[in-house]
Amino acid sequence: MSWTRYAAPQRFYPLAGRMIPWFAVLALLLTLVGLAIGLLLAPTDHQQGEAYRIIFVHVPAAWMSMIIYLAMAFWAAVGLMFNTRLASMLAVALAPTGAWMTFLALWTGALWGKPTWGTWWVWDARLTSELILLFLYIGFMSLHASIDDERRADRAAALLALVGVVNVPIIYFSVQWWNTLHQGASVSLTKAPSMATTMLWGMLVMALAFWMYSIAAALARTRTIILEREHGTRWVRQLMEAA
Amino acid sequence: MNWSSVGEFLAMGGYGLYVWGSFGMCAAVVAAECWGLALRRKALSELPLDDLDDRNDLNERPAHEA
Repeated sequence: MSWTRYAAPQRFYPLAGRMIPWFAVLALLLTLVGLAIGLLLAPTDHQQGEAYRIIFVHVPAAWMSMIIYLAMAFWAAVGLMFNTRLASMLAVALAPTGAWMTFLALWTGALWGKPTWGTWWVWDARLTSELILLFLYIGFMSLHASIDDERRADRAAALLALVGVVNVPIIYFSVQWWNTLHQGASVSLTKAPSMATTMLWGMLVMALAFWMYSIAAALARTRTIILEREHGTRWVRQLMEAA
Repeated sequence: MNWSSVGEFLAMGGYGLYVWGSFGMCAAVVAAECWGLALRRKALSELPLDDLDDRNDLNERPAHEA
């Protein structure tokens, strides 16, 4: 058996079905722990008061919006290069979850911006590039939906996803490259985090919860896409008849 | 613990609208996405079974391909 064994949608379908409950339960537990830390234990911020607590959903959503895009582009590229159907299905399955995360990053950002910056929105580099990310997700989904032949749709959307990858480092480094209203990174791999330990833990636990949720949601959508695309096959027919 | 009453917790130091508006929208999005997934799945089970298409069926392929 090799790792490519599960590249067959027919074999991946039951595997994903077994994985989803684990990711879903982990997402639920981590959310409960993260919310307890973020809303009950973490101290009040001396500058922003309680408004800063938006960080516990804003940062995880913003991280996931970028990570999911990279994952989507990766699987789209694999589908494009190796002509593997499952890889393209994974890319298509990730897009709506990524778009929701991007929407949440923008929404929670607006609700955080109003009390701290005095405005819901400004056309600054971080906010604008994140909005472009949302448009890239929407473009990917629309383009895919507009082409009837699934494999052609996969290839066209994959190209769009790959071109759009350039936007991810722009979002990430926008706070360094340009003067923006948005603050710099509070957490990075190269320096000590600039926030209290409890706050940091709350944010990391919530980020992990968002990860687990995103994986569960994307896997569930992948399973549905597999059934949609393999609808005429014997194994799907047997599965449907058994249900 | 930072809060001495439920009212104080809900008020979030005057930022209740912004904090709960953020957490609430996250909950709404998760609910909407799960609901959407369930609907899409349900629509599938109501689809008529089309003609059998064995192109991608592992059991129908020559052994060296599967």
